[in-house]
Amino acid sequence: MRQEGSSASASPLIVDVVKRLDRFALQAHFEAAAGFTMLLGPSGSGKTTLLNCIAGLMRPDSGRIAAGTKVLFDSRSGVDTPPERRRIGYLFQDLALFPHLTVAQNVGYGITGVPAAQRDRQAAALLESFRIAHLAQRKPAEISGGEKQRAALARSLAVNPGVLLLDEPLSALDRETRSNIIDDLRAWNAARSIPIVFVTHFAEEAFALGERVIVMEAGRIMAQGMPQEVLAAPRHETIAQVVGFENVFDATVTALHEHQGTMLCRPLGAECELEVPLIRTEAGAAVRIVIRAGDIMIAAQRPHGLSARNTVPGRIQSIRREGVAVILAVDAGVIFEVHVTPGAARELNLERGSEVWLIIKTYSCNLVDPRA
Amino acid sequence: MEWSAIYLTLRLALVVCAVLLAIGMPLAWWLATSRWRWKFLLEAVVALPLVLPPTVLGFYLLVAMGSESPAGNLYRRLFGHGLPFTFTSLAIASVIYSLPFAVQPMLAAFSQVDRNLINASAILGASRTRTFWRIVVPLSSGGIVTGAVLSFAHTLGEFGVVLMVGGNIPGVTRTISIAIYDHVQALDYAGANRMALLLMGFSFLTLSLTYAANRRMWAVWPLRR
Repeated sequence: MRQEGSSASASPLIVDVVKRLDRFALQAHFEAAAGFTMLLGPSGSGKTTLLNCIAGLMRPDSGRIAAGTKVLFDSRSGVDTPPERRRIGYLFQDLALFPHLTVAQNVGYGITGVPAAQRDRQAAALLESFRIAHLAQRKPAEISGGEKQRAALARSLAVNPGVLLLDEPLSALDRETRSNIIDDLRAWNAARSIPIVFVTHFAEEAFALGERVIVMEAGRIMAQGMPQEVLAAPRHETIAQVVGFENVFDATVTALHEHQGTMLCRPLGAECELEVPLIRTEAGAAVRIVIRAGDIMIAAQRPHGLSARNTVPGRIQSIRREGVAVILAVDAGVIFEVHVTPGAARELNLERGSEVWLIIKTYSCNLVDPRA
Repeated sequence: MEWSAIYLTLRLALVVCAVLLAIGMPLAWWLATSRWRWKFLLEAVVALPLVLPPTVLGFYLLVAMGSESPAGNLYRRLFGHGLPFTFTSLAIASVIYSLPFAVQPMLAAFSQVDRNLINASAILGASRTRTFWRIVVPLSSGGIVTGAVLSFAHTLGEFGVVLMVGGNIPGVTRTISIAIYDHVQALDYAGANRMALLLMGFSFLTLSLTYAANRRMWAVWPLRR
Protein backbone atom coordinates (compact mmCIF):
# COMPACT_ATOMS: atom_id res chain seq x y z
CA MET A 1 0.00 0.00 0.00
CA ARG A 2 1.35 3.41 -0.89
CA GLN A 3 1.51 5.55 2.16
CA GLU A 4 2.58 8.93 0.85
CA GLY A 5 -1.02 9.99 1.29
CA SER A 6 -0.88 9.91 5.05
CA SER A 7 2.31 11.93 5.22
CA ALA A 8 0.67 14.74 3.28
CA SER A 9 -2.66 14.18 4.99
CA ALA A 10 -3.03 17.18 7.25
CA SER A 11 -1.87 19.65 4.61
CA PRO A 12 -4.42 22.31 3.74
CA LEU A 13 -5.51 23.29 0.25
CA ILE A 14 -4.52 26.86 -0.49
CA VAL A 15 -6.20 28.53 -3.43
CA ASP A 16 -5.71 32.03 -4.76
CA VAL A 17 -6.79 32.29 -8.38
CA VAL A 18 -8.21 34.69 -10.94
CA LYS A 19 -9.92 33.48 -14.09
CA ARG A 20 -11.84 35.60 -16.54
CA LEU A 21 -15.10 34.01 -17.63
CA ASP A 22 -17.82 35.11 -20.02
CA ARG A 23 -20.05 36.83 -17.53
CA PHE A 24 -17.66 37.66 -14.70
CA ALA A 25 -14.20 37.09 -13.39
CA LEU A 26 -13.67 34.28 -10.94
CA GLN A 27 -11.62 35.63 -8.10
CA ALA A 28 -11.16 33.31 -5.18
CA HIS A 29 -8.79 33.20 -2.28
CA PHE A 30 -9.34 30.65 0.44
CA GLU A 31 -7.73 27.95 2.47
CA ALA A 32 -9.40 24.60 3.12
CA ALA A 33 -8.11 22.71 6.12
CA ALA A 34 -8.71 19.02 6.80
CA GLY A 35 -12.40 18.16 6.90
CA PHE A 36 -15.43 19.52 5.09
CA THR A 37 -15.30 22.97 3.56
CA MET A 38 -18.66 23.81 2.04
CA LEU A 39 -18.67 25.95 -1.09
CA LEU A 40 -22.12 27.51 -1.19
CA GLY A 41 -23.54 29.64 -3.95
CA PRO A 42 -26.30 29.87 -6.52
CA SER A 43 -26.00 28.10 -9.87
CA GLY A 44 -23.59 29.87 -12.16
CA SER A 45 -21.62 31.54 -9.38
CA GLY A 46 -18.39 29.90 -10.48
CA LYS A 47 -18.21 26.98 -8.05
CA THR A 48 -17.57 24.28 -10.66
CA THR A 49 -15.07 26.49 -12.48
CA LEU A 50 -13.20 26.89 -9.23
CA LEU A 51 -13.10 23.11 -8.73
CA ASN A 52 -11.94 22.64 -12.32
CA CYS A 53 -9.09 25.07 -11.71
CA ILE A 54 -8.07 23.17 -8.59
CA ALA A 55 -8.25 19.84 -10.43
CA GLY A 56 -6.25 21.18 -13.37
CA LEU A 57 -9.01 20.79 -15.94
CA MET A 58 -9.03 24.57 -16.40
CA ARG A 59 -6.14 26.93 -16.30
CA PRO A 60 -6.49 30.04 -14.14
CA ASP A 61 -5.33 33.32 -15.68
CA SER A 62 -3.14 33.90 -12.68
CA GLY A 63 -2.67 32.85 -9.11
CA ARG A 64 -1.43 29.93 -7.10
CA ILE A 65 -2.85 26.60 -5.96
CA ALA A 66 -1.07 24.39 -3.45
CA ALA A 67 -1.92 21.26 -1.52
CA GLY A 68 0.25 21.66 1.54
CA THR A 69 3.78 22.19 0.30
CA LYS A 70 3.03 20.68 -3.11
CA VAL A 71 2.50 23.51 -5.59
CA LEU A 72 -0.05 22.49 -8.22
CA PHE A 73 -0.26 25.78 -10.06
CA ASP A 74 1.71 28.99 -9.86
CA SER A 75 1.45 31.50 -12.68
CA ARG A 76 4.52 33.38 -11.46
CA SER A 77 6.91 30.44 -11.49
CA GLY A 78 5.11 28.78 -14.42
CA VAL A 79 4.10 25.65 -12.52
CA ASP A 80 1.03 23.93 -13.99
CA THR A 81 0.84 20.31 -12.92
CA PRO A 82 -1.37 18.34 -15.35
CA PRO A 83 -4.51 16.84 -13.79
CA GLU A 84 -3.21 13.28 -13.98
CA ARG A 85 -0.35 14.18 -11.63
CA ARG A 86 -2.23 16.33 -9.10
CA ARG A 87 -3.48 13.39 -7.05
CA ILE A 88 -6.84 15.05 -6.46
CA GLY A 89 -10.07 13.17 -5.95
CA TYR A 90 -12.90 14.72 -7.92
CA LEU A 91 -16.50 13.57 -7.81
CA PHE A 92 -18.13 15.07 -10.89
CA GLN A 93 -21.66 16.36 -10.78
CA ASP A 94 -22.65 13.81 -13.44
CA LEU A 95 -20.39 11.17 -11.80
CA ALA A 96 -18.74 10.24 -15.14
CA LEU A 97 -18.55 6.53 -14.37
CA PHE A 98 -17.01 4.65 -17.28
CA PRO A 99 -20.02 2.91 -18.82
CA HIS A 100 -18.06 0.05 -20.39
CA LEU A 101 -16.28 -0.96 -17.18
CA THR A 102 -17.68 -2.78 -14.17
CA VAL A 103 -17.96 -1.07 -10.80
CA ALA A 104 -14.81 -2.86 -9.64
CA GLN A 105 -12.92 -1.84 -12.78
CA ASN A 106 -14.10 1.74 -12.37
CA VAL A 107 -12.87 1.85 -8.79
CA GLY A 108 -9.62 0.11 -9.70
CA TYR A 109 -8.96 2.44 -12.65
CA GLY A 110 -7.05 4.99 -10.62
CA ILE A 111 -4.92 2.48 -8.76
CA THR A 112 -1.74 2.21 -10.81
CA GLY A 113 1.87 1.28 -10.25
CA VAL A 114 1.02 -1.78 -8.15
CA PRO A 115 0.61 -5.44 -9.13
CA ALA A 116 -2.84 -6.39 -10.36
CA ALA A 117 -3.60 -8.52 -7.31
CA GLN A 118 -2.83 -5.66 -4.96
CA ARG A 119 -4.87 -3.26 -7.08
CA ASP A 120 -7.84 -5.61 -6.86
CA ARG A 121 -7.44 -5.88 -3.09
CA GLN A 122 -7.36 -2.09 -2.69
CA ALA A 123 -10.39 -1.67 -4.93
CA ALA A 124 -12.23 -4.38 -2.99
CA ALA A 125 -11.46 -2.61 0.29
CA LEU A 126 -12.89 0.65 -1.07
CA LEU A 127 -15.99 -1.12 -2.34
CA GLU A 128 -16.35 -2.58 1.14
CA SER A 129 -16.02 0.84 2.84
CA PHE A 130 -18.80 2.22 0.69
CA ARG A 131 -21.02 -0.86 0.98
CA ILE A 132 -21.05 -1.74 -2.72
CA ALA A 133 -18.91 -4.89 -2.67
CA HIS A 134 -21.89 -6.91 -3.90
CA LEU A 135 -22.08 -4.73 -7.03
CA ALA A 136 -18.45 -5.21 -8.06
CA GLN A 137 -19.24 -7.03 -11.29
CA ARG A 138 -22.13 -4.82 -12.41
CA LYS A 139 -21.94 -2.13 -15.05
CA PRO A 140 -22.94 1.44 -14.10
CA ALA A 141 -26.14 1.18 -16.14
CA GLU A 142 -27.27 -1.73 -13.96
CA ILE A 143 -27.15 -0.04 -10.55
CA SER A 144 -29.28 2.59 -8.80
CA GLY A 145 -28.57 6.30 -8.46
CA GLY A 146 -27.35 6.01 -4.88
CA GLU A 147 -25.14 3.05 -5.77
CA LYS A 148 -23.67 5.02 -8.66
CA GLN A 149 -22.83 7.84 -6.26
CA ARG A 150 -21.11 5.39 -3.95
CA ALA A 151 -19.18 3.83 -6.83
CA ALA A 152 -18.06 7.21 -8.17
CA LEU A 153 -17.07 8.36 -4.69
CA ALA A 154 -15.07 5.18 -4.07
CA ARG A 155 -13.39 5.60 -7.44
CA SER A 156 -12.37 9.18 -6.71
CA LEU A 157 -10.77 8.05 -3.44
CA ALA A 158 -8.83 5.23 -5.13
CA VAL A 159 -6.02 7.55 -6.17
CA ASN A 160 -5.35 8.13 -2.46
CA PRO A 161 -5.98 11.83 -2.98
CA GLY A 162 -4.46 14.69 -1.03
CA VAL A 163 -7.58 16.77 -1.66
CA LEU A 164 -11.13 15.69 -2.43
CA LEU A 165 -13.48 17.82 -4.54
CA LEU A 166 -17.19 17.02 -4.55
CA ASP A 167 -19.34 18.89 -7.08
CA GLU A 168 -22.93 18.95 -5.89
CA PRO A 169 -22.77 15.28 -5.06
CA LEU A 170 -25.75 13.39 -3.81
CA SER A 171 -28.12 16.18 -4.82
CA ALA A 172 -30.36 13.73 -6.63
CA LEU A 173 -30.62 11.47 -3.60
CA ASP A 174 -33.09 11.33 -0.76
CA ARG A 175 -32.03 12.70 2.59
CA GLU A 176 -31.36 9.37 4.28
CA THR A 177 -29.24 7.89 1.48
CA ARG A 178 -27.35 11.13 1.38
CA SER A 179 -26.52 11.24 5.07
CA ASN A 180 -25.49 7.56 5.00
CA ILE A 181 -22.99 8.26 2.24
CA ILE A 182 -21.71 11.33 4.08
CA ASP A 183 -21.23 9.22 7.20
CA ASP A 184 -19.22 6.68 5.22
CA LEU A 185 -17.12 9.46 3.75
CA ARG A 186 -16.50 10.93 7.20
CA ALA A 187 -15.46 7.50 8.42
CA TRP A 188 -13.09 7.15 5.49
CA ASN A 189 -11.59 10.57 6.15
CA ALA A 190 -11.24 10.09 9.91
CA ALA A 191 -7.90 8.34 9.49
CA ARG A 192 -6.67 10.48 6.60
CA SER A 193 -8.04 13.93 7.37
CA ILE A 194 -7.65 15.47 3.94
CA PRO A 195 -9.40 18.68 2.92
CA ILE A 196 -12.78 17.98 1.32
CA VAL A 197 -14.28 20.80 -0.73
CA PHE A 198 -18.00 20.17 -1.04
CA VAL A 199 -19.94 22.28 -3.52
CA THR A 200 -23.65 22.78 -2.92
CA HIS A 201 -26.36 25.29 -3.57
CA PHE A 202 -28.39 24.14 -0.58
CA ALA A 203 -27.76 26.40 2.39
CA GLU A 204 -29.11 23.84 4.86
CA GLU A 205 -26.68 21.24 3.58
CA ALA A 206 -23.77 23.68 3.75
CA PHE A 207 -24.48 24.71 7.29
CA ALA A 208 -25.30 21.21 8.44
CA LEU A 209 -22.20 19.45 7.08
CA GLY A 210 -19.44 21.95 6.93
CA GLU A 211 -16.77 22.79 9.42
CA ARG A 212 -16.21 25.83 7.25
CA VAL A 213 -18.50 27.58 4.80
CA ILE A 214 -17.50 29.68 1.82
CA VAL A 215 -20.25 31.72 0.18
CA MET A 216 -19.76 32.52 -3.49
CA GLU A 217 -21.63 34.86 -5.78
CA ALA A 218 -20.74 35.88 -9.34
CA GLY A 219 -17.25 34.48 -9.06
CA ARG A 220 -16.37 36.15 -5.80
CA ILE A 221 -16.16 34.87 -2.27
CA MET A 222 -18.63 36.92 -0.27
CA ALA A 223 -17.99 35.38 3.13
CA GLN A 224 -16.12 32.51 4.66
CA GLY A 225 -15.66 31.10 8.10
CA MET A 226 -17.36 28.85 10.61
CA PRO A 227 -21.03 28.25 9.78
CA GLN A 228 -22.20 30.39 12.71
CA GLU A 229 -19.89 33.23 11.78
CA VAL A 230 -21.09 33.30 8.19
CA LEU A 231 -24.71 32.90 9.17
CA ALA A 232 -24.79 35.24 12.13
CA ALA A 233 -23.59 38.42 10.53
CA PRO A 234 -24.12 38.60 6.81
CA ARG A 235 -22.66 41.81 5.55
CA HIS A 236 -23.81 41.44 1.99
CA GLU A 237 -27.25 41.15 0.57
CA THR A 238 -26.34 38.15 -1.60
CA ILE A 239 -25.26 36.18 1.43
CA ALA A 240 -28.61 36.84 3.03
CA GLN A 241 -30.31 35.50 -0.07
CA VAL A 242 -28.00 32.54 -0.40
CA VAL A 243 -28.12 31.74 3.27
CA GLY A 244 -31.85 32.17 3.50
CA PHE A 245 -32.86 35.17 5.50
CA GLU A 246 -36.57 35.30 5.19
CA ASN A 247 -37.08 38.96 6.05
CA VAL A 248 -35.42 41.66 4.03
CA PHE A 249 -36.61 45.25 4.46
CA ASP A 250 -35.55 48.44 2.82
CA ALA A 251 -35.60 51.09 5.51
CA THR A 252 -34.76 54.70 6.26
CA VAL A 253 -32.60 55.73 9.19
CA THR A 254 -34.67 58.03 11.43
CA ALA A 255 -32.37 58.60 14.40
CA LEU A 256 -28.89 57.68 15.59
CA HIS A 257 -28.16 56.82 19.25
CA GLU A 258 -24.40 56.83 19.05
CA HIS A 259 -23.81 56.49 22.79
CA GLN A 260 -26.01 53.36 22.88
CA GLY A 261 -24.54 51.85 19.72
CA THR A 262 -27.93 51.66 18.10
CA MET A 263 -30.09 53.55 15.66
CA LEU A 264 -33.73 53.69 14.66
CA CYS A 265 -34.98 52.74 11.21
CA ARG A 266 -38.39 52.77 9.65
CA PRO A 267 -39.03 50.05 7.08
CA LEU A 268 -40.50 51.58 3.93
CA GLY A 269 -44.28 51.38 4.10
CA ALA A 270 -44.44 50.63 7.82
CA GLU A 271 -45.52 52.77 10.79
CA CYS A 272 -43.23 51.03 13.24
CA GLU A 273 -39.60 51.78 13.91
CA LEU A 274 -36.96 49.19 14.59
CA GLU A 275 -33.95 49.64 16.81
CA VAL A 276 -30.98 48.11 15.03
CA PRO A 277 -27.21 48.02 15.57
CA LEU A 278 -25.46 51.25 14.72
CA ILE A 279 -23.50 51.48 11.50
CA ARG A 280 -21.62 54.41 10.04
CA THR A 281 -24.43 56.31 8.34
CA GLU A 282 -26.63 59.32 8.84
CA ALA A 283 -30.28 60.09 9.47
CA GLY A 284 -32.33 59.82 6.30
CA ALA A 285 -29.98 57.29 4.73
CA ALA A 286 -31.32 54.15 3.06
CA VAL A 287 -30.33 50.85 4.64
CA ARG A 288 -31.42 47.23 4.27
CA ILE A 289 -32.30 45.08 7.23
CA VAL A 290 -32.43 41.27 7.21
CA ILE A 291 -33.96 39.20 9.97
CA ARG A 292 -34.22 35.45 10.19
CA ALA A 293 -37.76 34.24 10.61
CA GLY A 294 -36.69 32.05 13.51
CA ASP A 295 -35.22 35.02 15.40
CA ILE A 296 -38.57 36.76 15.79
CA MET A 297 -40.62 35.94 18.88
CA ILE A 298 -44.35 36.28 18.97
CA ALA A 299 -46.67 37.30 21.83
CA ALA A 300 -50.43 37.09 22.00
CA GLN A 301 -50.67 40.05 24.41
CA ARG A 302 -48.72 43.25 24.58
CA PRO A 303 -45.52 42.20 26.34
CA HIS A 304 -44.01 44.06 29.32
CA GLY A 305 -40.64 44.08 30.97
CA LEU A 306 -38.63 42.71 28.09
CA SER A 307 -35.01 43.32 27.28
CA ALA A 308 -35.82 43.11 23.59
CA ARG A 309 -36.08 46.64 22.26
CA ASN A 310 -38.53 46.07 19.45
CA THR A 311 -42.14 45.10 20.01
CA VAL A 312 -44.17 45.57 16.86
CA PRO A 313 -47.94 45.13 16.75
CA GLY A 314 -49.39 43.32 13.79
CA ARG A 315 -52.06 40.99 12.50
CA ILE A 316 -51.60 37.44 11.26
CA GLN A 317 -52.23 37.48 7.56
CA SER A 318 -51.65 33.81 6.88
CA ILE A 319 -50.58 30.73 8.78
CA ARG A 320 -49.39 27.41 7.36
CA ARG A 321 -47.53 24.40 8.60
CA GLU A 322 -44.42 23.16 6.83
CA GLY A 323 -42.80 20.08 8.32
CA VAL A 324 -42.06 20.83 11.96
CA ALA A 325 -42.41 24.59 11.58
CA VAL A 326 -45.43 26.85 11.54
CA ILE A 327 -44.87 29.72 9.16
CA LEU A 328 -46.70 32.97 9.87
CA ALA A 329 -47.01 36.05 7.73
CA VAL A 330 -47.64 39.00 10.04
CA ASP A 331 -48.81 42.31 8.64
CA ALA A 332 -47.28 45.25 10.49
CA GLY A 333 -47.36 47.70 7.62
CA VAL A 334 -44.76 45.45 6.04
CA ILE A 335 -45.04 41.68 6.07
CA PHE A 336 -42.82 39.80 8.52
CA GLU A 337 -42.24 36.09 8.09
CA VAL A 338 -42.07 34.38 11.47
CA HIS A 339 -41.38 30.72 12.26
CA VAL A 340 -42.71 29.17 15.46
CA THR A 341 -43.18 25.61 16.65
CA PRO A 342 -46.58 23.92 16.28
CA GLY A 343 -46.80 23.76 20.10
CA ALA A 344 -46.36 27.50 20.45
CA ALA A 345 -48.90 28.17 17.71
CA ARG A 346 -51.42 25.96 19.51
CA GLU A 347 -50.80 27.43 22.96
CA LEU A 348 -51.10 31.03 21.73
CA ASN A 349 -54.19 30.16 19.67
CA LEU A 350 -52.59 31.68 16.62
CA GLU A 351 -54.89 31.86 13.64
CA ARG A 352 -55.57 34.05 10.67
CA GLY A 353 -56.59 37.54 11.82
CA SER A 354 -55.14 37.24 15.36
CA GLU A 355 -53.60 40.39 16.82
CA VAL A 356 -50.03 39.68 17.87
CA TRP A 357 -46.87 41.46 18.92
CA LEU A 358 -43.56 40.70 17.30
CA ILE A 359 -40.54 40.79 19.58
CA ILE A 360 -37.22 41.38 17.87
CA LYS A 361 -33.89 41.88 19.58
CA THR A 362 -31.75 44.71 18.31
CA TYR A 363 -28.98 42.31 17.41
CA SER A 364 -31.29 40.00 15.50
CA CYS A 365 -31.58 42.83 13.00
CA ASN A 366 -28.69 42.53 10.57
CA LEU A 367 -27.78 45.37 8.29
CA VAL A 368 -26.62 44.39 4.87
CA ASP A 369 -24.90 46.48 2.33
CA PRO A 370 -27.12 46.56 -0.78
CA ARG A 371 -24.23 47.74 -2.94
CA ALA A 372 -22.11 44.65 -2.36
CA MET B 1 -13.08 -16.19 -62.89
CA GLU B 2 -9.84 -14.27 -62.64
CA TRP B 3 -8.68 -15.48 -59.29
CA SER B 4 -5.50 -13.44 -59.41
CA ALA B 5 -7.55 -10.24 -59.71
CA ILE B 6 -9.79 -11.32 -56.83
CA TYR B 7 -6.85 -12.25 -54.66
CA LEU B 8 -5.05 -9.01 -55.47
CA THR B 9 -8.10 -6.92 -54.70
CA LEU B 10 -8.66 -8.60 -51.33
CA ARG B 11 -4.99 -8.27 -50.45
CA LEU B 12 -5.03 -4.58 -51.37
CA ALA B 13 -8.20 -3.93 -49.37
CA LEU B 14 -6.80 -5.66 -46.29
CA VAL B 15 -3.50 -3.79 -46.45
CA VAL B 16 -5.27 -0.47 -46.92
CA CYS B 17 -7.67 -1.25 -44.09
CA ALA B 18 -4.81 -2.10 -41.73
CA VAL B 19 -2.78 0.96 -42.66
CA LEU B 20 -5.83 3.20 -42.28
CA LEU B 21 -6.57 1.78 -38.83
CA ALA B 22 -3.00 2.55 -37.82
CA ILE B 23 -2.88 6.12 -39.12
CA GLY B 24 -6.60 6.94 -39.18
CA MET B 25 -7.18 6.47 -35.43
CA PRO B 26 -4.44 8.84 -34.24
CA LEU B 27 -5.35 11.31 -36.98
CA ALA B 28 -9.04 11.21 -36.05
CA TRP B 29 -8.20 11.55 -32.34
CA TRP B 30 -6.02 14.53 -33.09
CA LEU B 31 -8.76 16.11 -35.21
CA ALA B 32 -11.30 15.44 -32.46
CA THR B 33 -9.26 17.01 -29.66
CA SER B 34 -6.85 19.53 -31.16
CA ARG B 35 -7.53 23.21 -30.69
CA TRP B 36 -5.05 24.21 -33.36
CA ARG B 37 -6.27 27.26 -35.20
CA TRP B 38 -5.57 25.92 -38.69
CA LYS B 39 -7.06 22.50 -38.01
CA PHE B 40 -9.80 23.12 -40.57
CA LEU B 41 -7.20 23.06 -43.35
CA LEU B 42 -6.20 19.52 -42.44
CA GLU B 43 -9.87 18.55 -42.15
CA ALA B 44 -10.39 19.82 -45.68
CA VAL B 45 -7.35 17.90 -46.96
CA VAL B 46 -8.60 14.69 -45.34
CA ALA B 47 -12.02 15.16 -46.98
CA LEU B 48 -10.65 16.07 -50.44
CA PRO B 49 -10.84 12.51 -51.86
CA LEU B 50 -14.60 12.63 -51.26
CA VAL B 51 -15.08 15.36 -53.82
CA LEU B 52 -12.16 15.09 -56.24
CA PRO B 53 -12.48 12.91 -59.34
CA PRO B 54 -10.23 9.86 -58.88
CA THR B 55 -8.37 10.85 -62.02
CA VAL B 56 -7.27 14.15 -60.50
CA LEU B 57 -6.07 12.43 -57.36
CA GLY B 58 -4.47 9.64 -59.37
CA PHE B 59 -2.76 12.08 -61.68
CA TYR B 60 -1.11 14.01 -58.87
CA LEU B 61 -0.15 10.83 -57.05
CA LEU B 62 1.41 9.54 -60.26
CA VAL B 63 3.40 12.75 -60.62
CA ALA B 64 4.39 12.68 -56.95
CA MET B 65 5.59 9.08 -57.16
CA GLY B 66 7.30 9.41 -60.53
CA SER B 67 11.06 9.43 -60.93
CA GLU B 68 10.99 13.18 -61.56
CA SER B 69 9.80 13.84 -58.01
CA PRO B 70 12.12 13.75 -54.97
CA ALA B 71 10.04 11.03 -53.28
CA GLY B 72 9.88 8.88 -56.37
CA ASN B 73 13.57 9.39 -56.99
CA LEU B 74 14.41 8.40 -53.43
CA TYR B 75 12.29 5.27 -53.76
CA ARG B 76 14.05 4.32 -56.98
CA ARG B 77 17.45 4.71 -55.37
CA LEU B 78 16.44 2.68 -52.32
CA PHE B 79 14.66 -0.18 -54.10
CA GLY B 80 16.17 -0.13 -57.56
CA HIS B 81 12.89 0.29 -59.45
CA GLY B 82 10.27 2.97 -59.90
CA LEU B 83 7.32 3.33 -57.60
CA PRO B 84 4.43 3.72 -60.06
CA PHE B 85 2.72 0.61 -61.42
CA THR B 86 3.65 -1.50 -58.36
CA PHE B 87 1.49 -2.94 -55.61
CA THR B 88 3.06 -0.46 -53.19
CA SER B 89 2.03 2.51 -55.28
CA LEU B 90 -1.46 1.07 -55.48
CA ALA B 91 -1.58 0.70 -51.70
CA ILE B 92 -0.33 4.24 -51.08
CA ALA B 93 -2.83 5.71 -53.51
CA SER B 94 -5.68 3.66 -52.06
CA VAL B 95 -4.81 4.70 -48.51
CA ILE B 96 -5.04 8.34 -49.48
CA TYR B 97 -8.16 7.80 -51.55
CA SER B 98 -9.96 5.95 -48.74
CA LEU B 99 -8.67 8.15 -45.91
CA PRO B 100 -11.93 10.08 -45.36
CA PHE B 101 -13.92 6.85 -45.24
CA ALA B 102 -11.81 5.67 -42.32
CA VAL B 103 -11.30 9.00 -40.55
CA GLN B 104 -14.81 10.46 -40.67
CA PRO B 105 -16.64 7.71 -38.75
CA MET B 106 -13.81 7.48 -36.22
CA LEU B 107 -13.80 11.24 -35.80
CA ALA B 108 -17.56 11.24 -35.32
CA ALA B 109 -17.30 8.50 -32.70
CA PHE B 110 -14.38 10.12 -30.85
CA SER B 111 -16.19 13.46 -30.75
CA GLN B 112 -19.18 11.81 -29.16
CA VAL B 113 -17.23 10.41 -26.22
CA ASP B 114 -18.33 12.38 -23.17
CA ARG B 115 -15.65 14.95 -22.41
CA ASN B 116 -16.22 14.34 -18.70
CA LEU B 117 -15.17 10.70 -19.02
CA ILE B 118 -11.89 11.85 -20.52
CA ASN B 119 -11.51 14.39 -17.70
CA ALA B 120 -12.34 11.73 -15.13
CA SER B 121 -9.69 9.46 -16.59
CA ALA B 122 -7.09 12.23 -16.33
CA ILE B 123 -8.09 13.01 -12.74
CA LEU B 124 -7.62 9.33 -11.97
CA GLY B 125 -4.01 9.62 -13.07
CA ALA B 126 -4.22 8.24 -16.60
CA SER B 127 -1.98 9.65 -19.33
CA ARG B 128 -3.51 10.77 -22.61
CA THR B 129 -2.40 7.53 -24.25
CA ARG B 130 -3.92 5.37 -21.53
CA THR B 131 -7.13 7.39 -21.68
CA PHE B 132 -7.25 6.88 -25.43
CA TRP B 133 -6.85 3.10 -25.27
CA ARG B 134 -8.85 2.41 -22.10
CA ILE B 135 -11.73 4.88 -22.51
CA VAL B 136 -11.94 6.46 -25.94
CA VAL B 137 -11.32 3.40 -28.13
CA PRO B 138 -13.71 1.02 -26.31
CA LEU B 139 -16.44 3.66 -26.32
CA SER B 140 -15.86 4.36 -30.03
CA SER B 141 -15.62 0.77 -31.21
CA GLY B 142 -18.64 1.22 -33.47
CA GLY B 143 -17.08 4.14 -35.32
CA ILE B 144 -13.72 2.42 -35.57
CA VAL B 145 -15.26 -0.74 -37.03
CA THR B 146 -17.32 1.36 -39.42
CA GLY B 147 -14.22 3.24 -40.54
CA ALA B 148 -12.33 0.01 -41.10
CA VAL B 149 -15.16 -1.65 -43.01
CA LEU B 150 -15.88 1.39 -45.15
CA SER B 151 -12.24 1.80 -46.10
CA PHE B 152 -12.03 -1.93 -46.89
CA ALA B 153 -15.19 -1.86 -49.00
CA HIS B 154 -14.26 1.38 -50.68
CA THR B 155 -10.86 -0.02 -51.69
CA LEU B 156 -12.53 -3.14 -53.10
CA GLY B 157 -14.37 -1.09 -55.64
CA GLU B 158 -12.03 1.73 -56.58
CA PHE B 159 -11.17 2.17 -60.20
CA GLY B 160 -9.92 5.54 -61.34
CA VAL B 161 -7.02 5.94 -58.95
CA VAL B 162 -5.93 2.35 -59.54
CA LEU B 163 -5.96 2.86 -63.28
CA MET B 164 -3.94 6.08 -63.06
CA VAL B 165 -1.32 4.88 -60.61
CA GLY B 166 -1.25 1.15 -61.08
CA GLY B 167 -2.14 0.60 -64.69
CA ASN B 168 -3.28 -2.88 -65.59
CA ILE B 169 -0.62 -5.45 -64.79
CA PRO B 170 -2.08 -8.91 -64.09
CA GLY B 171 -1.24 -10.11 -60.58
CA VAL B 172 0.34 -6.80 -59.63
CA THR B 173 -2.15 -4.00 -60.19
CA ARG B 174 -5.03 -5.58 -62.08
CA THR B 175 -7.87 -5.43 -59.55
CA ILE B 176 -11.44 -6.65 -59.97
CA SER B 177 -12.74 -3.29 -61.15
CA ILE B 178 -10.01 -3.05 -63.81
CA ALA B 179 -10.75 -6.59 -64.89
CA ILE B 180 -14.42 -5.72 -65.31
CA TYR B 181 -13.47 -2.74 -67.44
CA ASP B 182 -11.29 -5.01 -69.58
CA HIS B 183 -14.10 -7.49 -70.04
CA VAL B 184 -16.46 -4.75 -71.16
CA GLN B 185 -13.86 -3.34 -73.52
CA ALA B 186 -13.55 -6.81 -75.02
CA LEU B 187 -17.36 -7.06 -75.22
CA ASP B 188 -17.19 -10.07 -72.86
CA TYR B 189 -20.36 -9.09 -70.99
CA ALA B 190 -20.71 -12.50 -69.35
CA GLY B 191 -17.22 -12.25 -67.87
CA ALA B 192 -17.87 -8.68 -66.74
CA ASN B 193 -21.12 -9.75 -65.15
CA ARG B 194 -19.49 -12.58 -63.16
CA MET B 195 -16.91 -10.24 -61.67
CA ALA B 196 -19.37 -7.40 -61.11
CA LEU B 197 -21.84 -9.68 -59.40
CA LEU B 198 -19.10 -11.02 -57.17
CA LEU B 199 -18.00 -7.53 -56.20
CA MET B 200 -21.53 -6.36 -55.57
CA GLY B 201 -22.41 -9.42 -53.52
CA PHE B 202 -19.28 -9.20 -51.45
CA SER B 203 -19.65 -5.47 -50.79
CA PHE B 204 -23.29 -5.86 -49.83
CA LEU B 205 -22.46 -8.72 -47.48
CA THR B 206 -19.66 -6.82 -45.77
CA LEU B 207 -21.72 -3.70 -45.25
CA SER B 208 -24.87 -5.43 -44.09
CA LEU B 209 -22.91 -7.52 -41.58
CA THR B 210 -21.36 -4.37 -40.18
CA TYR B 211 -24.60 -2.47 -40.04
CA ALA B 212 -26.30 -5.42 -38.39
CA ALA B 213 -23.56 -5.70 -35.81
CA ASN B 214 -23.72 -2.02 -34.97
CA ARG B 215 -27.13 -0.48 -35.30
CA ARG B 216 -26.10 2.88 -33.95
CA MET B 217 -24.04 3.52 -37.02
CA TRP B 218 -24.24 6.58 -39.19
CA ALA B 219 -26.77 5.68 -41.79
CA VAL B 220 -25.09 5.55 -45.20
CA TRP B 221 -23.15 8.78 -45.00
CA PRO B 222 -20.44 8.91 -42.36
CA LEU B 223 -19.80 12.63 -42.53
CA ARG B 224 -22.20 13.74 -39.85
CA ARG B 225 -20.45 14.65 -36.61
